Amino acid sequence: MKKSVLFIISLFMSATFISCNNSENSKNGDRGALASSAAEKTYVAPGEHDEFYAFISGGFSGQLSVYGLPSGRLLKVIPVFSQDAEKAWGYNEETKPMLNTSHGFIPWDDAHHPDISQTAGKLDGRWVFINGNNTPRIAKIDLTTFETTEIIEVPNSAGNHSSSFVTENTEYVVAGTRFSVPVPQRDMPINEYKGNFKGALTFISVEPEEGHMDIKFQLMMPGFDYDLAHPGRGKSHGWFFFSTYNTEEANTLMEVNSSQNDKDFIAAVNWKKIEEYVNNGGGNKVPANYAHNIYDEETHTATSTMKKEVLTVDPLEVPGAVFLLPTPKSPHGCDVDPTGEYIIGNGKLSADLTVHSYSKMIDAIENEKFDGDAYGIPILKFEDVLAGTVKQAGLGPLHTEFDGKGNGYTSFFISSEVVKWNVETQEVIDRKPSYYSVGHVMIPGGNSAEPFGKYVVSMNKITKDRYLPTGPEVTHSAQLYDISGEKMELLLDFPTIGEPHYAAGIPADIIKPNSKKIYKLDENKHEHATLSNGDARVERDGNEVHVYMTMIRSHFTPDNIEGIKVGDKVYFHVTNHEQDYDVPHGISMIGANTSELLIMPGQTETFVWEPKQPGVWPFYCTDFCSALHQEMQGYVRVSPADSNIELSWSLGED
Amino acid sequence: MKKAGIIMIIGSLLLLGLFKFPLWNIMLGAPQYPDPLGMNIHITGIKGVHEFDIQNIDGLNHYIGMKKIPKPEEMWEFDVFPKVILGMVILGVVIGLLGIFKKLSFRWFLGWLILMSILGVLGMYDFNLWLTEYGTDLDPNAIMKMTHPDGSPMTYKPPLFGHQKMLNFDVDSYPHTGGYMLFAGMLLTLIAFFVGKREWKTQKI
Ligand SMILES: [Cu+2]
Repeated sequence: MKKSVLFIISLFMSATFISCNNSENSKNGDRGALASSAAEKTYVAPGEHDEFYAFISGGFSGQLSVYGLPSGRLLKVIPVFSQDAEKAWGYNEETKPMLNTSHGFIPWDDAHHPDISQTAGKLDGRWVFINGNNTPRIAKIDLTTFETTEIIEVPNSAGNHSSSFVTENTEYVVAGTRFSVPVPQRDMPINEYKGNFKGALTFISVEPEEGHMDIKFQLMMPGFDYDLAHPGRGKSHGWFFFSTYNTEEANTLMEVNSSQNDKDFIAAVNWKKIEEYVNNGGGNKVPANYAHNIYDEETHTATSTMKKEVLTVDPLEVPGAVFLLPTPKSPHGCDVDPTGEYIIGNGKLSADLTVHSYSKMIDAIENEKFDGDAYGIPILKFEDVLAGTVKQAGLGPLHTEFDGKGNGYTSFFISSEVVKWNVETQEVIDRKPSYYSVGHVMIPGGNSAEPFGKYVVSMNKITKDRYLPTGPEVTHSAQLYDISGEKMELLLDFPTIGEPHYAAGIPADIIKPNSKKIYKLDENKHEHATLSNGDARVERDGNEVHVYMTMIRSHFTPDNIEGIKVGDKVYFHVTNHEQDYDVPHGISMIGANTSELLIMPGQTETFVWEPKQPGVWPFYCTDFCSALHQEMQGYVRVSPADSNIELSWSLGED
Repeated sequence: MKKAGIIMIIGSLLLLGLFKFPLWNIMLGAPQYPDPLGMNIHITGIKGVHEFDIQNIDGLNHYIGMKKIPKPEEMWEFDVFPKVILGMVILGVVIGLLGIFKKLSFRWFLGWLILMSILGVLGMYDFNLWLTEYGTDLDPNAIMKMTHPDGSPMTYKPPLFGHQKMLNFDVDSYPHTGGYMLFAGMLLTLIAFFVGKREWKTQKI
């Protein structure tokens, strides 16, 4: 045990040494001559558009941010798993159900790996999927509106990390558990983990039209930790690959106890075979409890449904569907090249990259060249599936993306660099430092058969001296490298929100033409929509009061309301009557225990206000909407609970 | 006079384009409207270039106290114009046919053109009256009251033809497809007149 602690310490020391060297050399290189040409390459003139969208996950912010490349400009923060007061996400009545789970309302998560939908192996730009790591969930974001429209909870799972990656026709999005747990959950001693805990690899089907998600099956794997995943493509389409660590099945002091085996595994799953088995009635339906939340664009309202059953599959029931590929040394990234032939395992405690060959794997399976098994799952022989090793490429390889021209780009966390290498020959071509400690890298179209290999973005964990200091907490950073030439060139640093864990990029032209500008008012099917001003009204139902309000530049209808009493629960259902691009209005109420609303043209949103004190209380528009924005306001008169003031409302009357 | 008659008929039929395409178009662009707002003036009514343009123009005009853009039933013109155009088409076709069968002289072609021109000028005059009324008869309670440097109240009449800067808006007013078809039609009837004149002469010889 002592020995391995020493090993880790020495690893970090050597890393520090190497990165010191790196930073001195390259810093001199960065500033000066390079700077001017780099600036030109990232300059997007005022009024012009970026060439790519980059969807960068917010990690512990729980959100997904949208950046333009090559400028690095922040375009939007899309609320996904965390409440967002700016957009009332998780605060208004319409979106609260989106954050419902079997544990109740969970207004936060750890958002990690976005992936863009594909058709025939190419990015189609319809949806982005992203995983919530902490309370296992997968979200779908609609790229016509850039809004989260669906969240499905993943049962029997914990630390939903090897997610969310899509197959080449978006047949499935996967949700692999990082932590193995008792299935079903129960009260048991933790040190009886080994052999008793299970790792669920969940295959969520995606309906091709609306993208609705549904858990098709859960593969109940041995109790390892499942780290990352990638789908096969082309010839390996139909397979999914998951990297594992802790094949030791340790349950304490993991940094040491789960790092004992020289090789862990990449689990190769033939999902087509399992799908066929399931379609023929295979698998076990077991009780479960998980939320499926859908936001409807016509009603502008989300609904949450609790599902009570899930179909599980024991890998031993489907012979020939699951195999284990030995891979050194606690691999993190598990990446498949655009041709579908090479599966790259990045052993994060090693200096080498392992390149497996899909054809060799099939050959070994056909010839049953097995090297034992793990809980009955055949283990293939390392040498039989190995295509080659990238030797001494750096320290702590994490993740590889591809440029579509035969090169891989691997991030090295410990030596803090990005390394370019040839996938066929496994030779290192170039290396560039990152500032500092890079996690994932992203090339637009990275998880597809057709990457757009013009840029690579590195997402760094530490920023230190790269920007003006902002106290102990400094923003994380992303860095943009030009990879169009033989050598990489660092072009730009830009700050990110939360932890830029991973990203997905896509040419702007695929998304831009489909972007929605308004919601049509006459298609608004919200239960409490007020489609004409004549219908604006206030209704009482016991101590519930419903205000049906409309907004247009620059007034609310009604703007004077009387007859509300202390102790009432007042629902403001507010409909924006604008039909003009980029003209939302907001509304907020003094003393409301919620956020403002930000209502898009044609949309209806609702917030609840429970007045606690008598008085005349103002409300106003929170989004600077017009020259008369400041006049966009109104009053609510609140009377004592026992008063008999009649409910009344008006606009333009004295 | 066969050729002239056919040209006359084609020329008059081109007027039918006005039942499908707009006669005129007015576009309003501003920095915050990179996709300009626009109205297409048809002989049957005013329509937005994009689905919600009329609503948005009305919304903006509300600040300076302009009235809402009239619906077809609110202006007699949109009832009368289609009838006049249809009448002129029928008249033109009849004249053309009679010309082919040599029942009347080429001078009738010119007569049709003169009548059409008079009606056109009257139409433009009426249109201009409406633009003036629309741009100057402002609500006294308007939110914004703009004045010229000399202190006189500002009006907002869009140009009858061409470009004009109005506050922060660039206003462009030009004929549209239907209008061009009308002019082409009238040009053809003029050509019909000259062709008819030549054919008439050769006949005489
Ligand atoms: Cu407003």
